[in-house]
Amino acid sequence: MFDYRFYQDLDLGDIYRKVQAGRRLDLEDGLKLFSCQDIVAIGAMAHKVRTHLHGDVAYYVMNQHINYSNICVNGCRFCAFGKQQGDPLAFELSLQAILEKVRARGNAPLTEVHIVGGCHPELRLSFFEGLLRELKAQHPSIIIKAFTAVEIDHFARNEDISTRDVLVRLKAAGLDMLPGGGAEIFSPRVRALLCPEKTAGEDWLKIACEAHQLGIRTNATMLYGHIETIEERLEHLVALRELQDETGGFLCFIPLPFQTANSGLTGIEPTTGIEDLKTMAVSRLMLDNVPHVKAYWIMLTVKLAQLALLFGADDFDGTVIEEKIGRMAGAESGQALTRSDLERIIREGGFEPVERNSFFERVHES
Amino acid sequence: MMHLKKIIGKVHFRARLDFDEALALYQQADFHLLGQLAHGVRLQKHPEPLVSYVVDRNINYSNVCICGCRFCAFYRPPGHPEAYVLTREDLVRKIEETISLGGTQILMQGGHHPDLPLAFYEDMLRFIKSRFRIHIHAFSPPEIVHFAKLEETDPAEVISRLRRAGLDSIPGGGAEILVDEVRDSVSPNKCSAQAWLQVMEEAHRQGLRTTATMMFGHEEEPGHRIAHLLALRDLQDRTGGFTAFIPWPFQPTNTAIPRSPETPVAYLRLLAVSRIVLDNFDNIQASWVTMGPKVAQLALHFGANDFGSTMIEENVVAAAGVHFRLSVSEIRRLIRYAGFQARQRTMAYEWVGDTEMGGHGDGETRR
Repeated sequence: MFDYRFYQDLDLGDIYRKVQAGRRLDLEDGLKLFSCQDIVAIGAMAHKVRTHLHGDVAYYVMNQHINYSNICVNGCRFCAFGKQQGDPLAFELSLQAILEKVRARGNAPLTEVHIVGGCHPELRLSFFEGLLRELKAQHPSIIIKAFTAVEIDHFARNEDISTRDVLVRLKAAGLDMLPGGGAEIFSPRVRALLCPEKTAGEDWLKIACEAHQLGIRTNATMLYGHIETIEERLEHLVALRELQDETGGFLCFIPLPFQTANSGLTGIEPTTGIEDLKTMAVSRLMLDNVPHVKAYWIMLTVKLAQLALLFGADDFDGTVIEEKIGRMAGAESGQALTRSDLERIIREGGFEPVERNSFFERVHES
Repeated sequence: MMHLKKIIGKVHFRARLDFDEALALYQQADFHLLGQLAHGVRLQKHPEPLVSYVVDRNINYSNVCICGCRFCAFYRPPGHPEAYVLTREDLVRKIEETISLGGTQILMQGGHHPDLPLAFYEDMLRFIKSRFRIHIHAFSPPEIVHFAKLEETDPAEVISRLRRAGLDSIPGGGAEILVDEVRDSVSPNKCSAQAWLQVMEEAHRQGLRTTATMMFGHEEEPGHRIAHLLALRDLQDRTGGFTAFIPWPFQPTNTAIPRSPETPVAYLRLLAVSRIVLDNFDNIQASWVTMGPKVAQLALHFGANDFGSTMIEENVVAAAGVHFRLSVSEIRRLIRYAGFQARQRTMAYEWVGDTEMGGHGDGETRR
């Protein structure tokens, strides 16, 4: 829509040509995009790529989030969700309680449950295997997207087996897909300061790679807007892109703005709307081999998520019943959007709403 | 179908758009293009990378109103248990707080109270002016028309008396959509479009500056929005008295118009078209009070050059269930991160305090 000359005036002529030709952007290009003040110009470029990939479709999913426990041995500085065992606010759900939550949705046509929790010191792998088997038995058509690479790593330590073996066992029990959480920012510098106990960036990538090799698709996230530099954001994107070249296993990338309100980090200002949209757009432009980019409305706010569809995102996530992690961090969005809300917001943004399942396959109304 | 390319060419050459062209641009132009065109117009009017804001407080002297507009969640009918008229003590306290927070003005509006005579408002203005050095931006056109009716006089006389009592400028509220077929449905007891425009014309004639607003997204059609813009542009051609235009989307919670609020994409499109069509308006304000800080920040790239007010207090939008709060330092940070310098201004768009720093301490742009 905007032409070469327009971008040349912004010193983005070369980048525009690369994007036009479908050539890969390098880290320097990413820095240039981030430093450009014209957010509409960057958004238009990302929108072009997004439209080339997905037309005027914007996806959503009918899903339920379940956080099985907030008890966590990791103590990441940025987390408002994790609690130590014995903390009065600590909780853990029994198998029955989890099953009841899914059952309680009654006739809601869920296609996905998204299950994640803290790195619980005592819950055994057999508990999770049992959970997956029960869920599959009771809801054979629901796709189970569960356990971040960080939880997989934790289970392996607890059981004293390899992460690959954990994945094999969970897959056999019914695990369909891994969500993309726990990636944060891969930079060892940032992780040493923010989450020294957590799975290292390279291990996160290794576990994602193992999952892909076992035929388990995964998503990938990036938590930005805390102490990381722009270079570290771009290195994160490039690391994902490199692994994706090898495996092709990532389905969707999800940039998550850090929620400052209730975290243990002080002196950090929340991300602004322009920063969120710029990060969305640059992610779309850098990740040329990842099919989908998600506007996760729980963290972005519904308003900004709608705009994000014009800045590179093609997915609006879902109805997300009962999400706790972003909520406890101070994210202000409501707990759930109904299907008609989601469809209206997408349509008013100028897009055709399409219900998908976890694998981004269209769900046809029966 | 209008040829969009020709219309875009006219915008580039700063030629004025007529109704059909404006409507075609509004309905057909791509989102990013609208933003870019509007930002281009904004940069031509304000080449300096500045975004202004005003420190003020909305004081609603009373919520008693006999208008009963269907879009309003704020008013209470006379005799209602929640009906109030602000006391002098409360008024003093609110103004003292405003001044202590660096405020330069108060925005004072209220319902159409059936019993308070014009002398009540004159006394209130004199009382404030006798105690405080503060700009009084007060009484939207429907209030002035209402005062005139009660007093059995004309709006010109009301404006003149209020002005003598200390009124400094008139806010652009109550414009809603300046098309009578829409007003007849959403606010049948409120002044007509013509009456609203006449009050503003008279105020401008008497030397008062005013703003202009649009509340959209209730029962109007896209063409009504464009007609509203053109009515404002025509009047501005005659008087030049408007300082700024402020569009905001109707917030339906707790009102008698059941529908969903307009979404950010719709807001930014309307904002951009306003900037393009209102070629004789200097300033366009973003509405963080209704859209939230994230969308309001983006509005600075869709034609807005002003972040509006810090709204130390706001009651009308809050009554419709929307509660955003921003400090001066947060407003300044949002402006900086959008790529502009933040400057405090007065109602007349004159700078306040240190023009380099705005007097509120300015950190470096983050990252």
